[in-house]
Amino acid sequence: MTYKKRFDGRKWEETRPIKAQAGVIPNADGSAFFQIGQTTAYAAVYGPRELHPKFLQNPKKGLLRCFYNMMPFSGMGDRVRPGTSRRSKEISMVMQKALEPVVDLSEWPNAVVDVFVELPETDAGSRCAAICAAAIALADAGITMKDMVSAVAVGIIDDQVLADLDYQEEAYEDGPVADIPVAVLHNTQEVSLLQMDGEISHENLMKALELAKKVTANIYELQKKALKERFTQGAEKQVSGISKGDDKNG
Amino acid sequence: MSNVLVKEKEIVVPGEALAEGMDYLPGSGTYRLNDKIIAKKLGLVNISGRAIKLVPLSGRYLPKYGDKIIAQVTDITMNGWIVDINSAYSAFLSMRDASARFIRKGEDLTKIYDVGDYIRAKVIKVTSQNLVDLTMKEPGLNKLRSGRIIEINPHKVPRVIGKEGSMVSLIKTKTNCNIIVGQNGRVWINSENLDSELIAEKAIKKIEQEAHLEGLTERIEKFLDKIIGGKK
Repeated sequence: MTYKKRFDGRKWEETRPIKAQAGVIPNADGSAFFQIGQTTAYAAVYGPRELHPKFLQNPKKGLLRCFYNMMPFSGMGDRVRPGTSRRSKEISMVMQKALEPVVDLSEWPNAVVDVFVELPETDAGSRCAAICAAAIALADAGITMKDMVSAVAVGIIDDQVLADLDYQEEAYEDGPVADIPVAVLHNTQEVSLLQMDGEISHENLMKALELAKKVTANIYELQKKALKERFTQGAEKQVSGISKGDDKNG
Repeated sequence: MSNVLVKEKEIVVPGEALAEGMDYLPGSGTYRLNDKIIAKKLGLVNISGRAIKLVPLSGRYLPKYGDKIIAQVTDITMNGWIVDINSAYSAFLSMRDASARFIRKGEDLTKIYDVGDYIRAKVIKVTSQNLVDLTMKEPGLNKLRSGRIIEINPHKVPRVIGKEGSMVSLIKTKTNCNIIVGQNGRVWINSENLDSELIAEKAIKKIEQEAHLEGLTERIEKFLDKIIGGKK
């Protein structure tokens, strides 16, 4: 046990500061901004809309498509080559699988909902930020969702279970490290994303997953707040002459 | 023991619990999970008796039988027109439903409605796969000439129209514009005066943004009086 204190002075179960906002892209049907520490994600949802090529259409229900993209200047120094990579394809797929259990597109046969997530700045935990942003954006777009998805990375460093690893912690060299991105559905507490990098004991894994559920509950509250603020705060600015008390009722 | 966890007209997000216990019934936009009623959409709560339902705040237009909509012609086929209805699906306007007058065999369909034209039509059929058929064989359903088309959130259309058309007639009389609101969220505004068209457009955009807040009609009336008064 040499990792006694976190590099940025956080408590073990504390996440980096989180900012969430809904409705940031006017041209999209739904959009969101989600920032955790340095990691920043913008999600834009388009649709339900017509799906082409036609062979991709599903006559039983609509299709959900996700696109994850790290911007060239987003990384920790090195330029990220623009366009899809093996890594971004994988993350697009796991995002889709994390969101699919809650999104209900049975009303929209043969149609598609596209989710684009752009990351202008990243510092570990980007797939979790992308999922959180995408979930807010989907709700903002008025898509039927049976639940909300919140995601966070948990893990261990030197036998210490902790939440929301940053890049420095992921790269810790003086002991075993495990990085486990987890997505949790709010009501049922089901897990829709579970990946791992590193090594961990069975006991610590269970502890880490319990921690993930605790942390995602807090993230859910922030996502909820972001969606509600879109209609209360924005309106406050637009409607001059309305007191704050009236807004809460309206 | 049953109790409601939210207030009437409160904004709720997907996954939020609306009520506990079996005394309440899940209405549209909600579902039951064990003994709780959970929201399925972003919307406003509406409690009527024992039923709890949601009025959605956003989302695309889903065509429904009987809706009067504003469509744009995108393509012409052998026996009709394919039109865009501001939804995830395009609709089909058959030759025999296209006009009150008889269309002769071999007639040039572009002379009747050309690609890019806006038309007002009624939905007469929606299949399970959301294939939509339209008709224009009714009074008031015709091609829209001149004027401007604006697009708004289709879920805000009832507020733009108002109770028994009160809101839209308020804008019509104040700005002296001709306005047609399609259920699919397209609004046609026409006036001889360009300025009044712009004022009507602003008013409709304002309604769209503030539709979920109390005292909408008075606010819009004040807004229109202020602009029109300022112009004179």
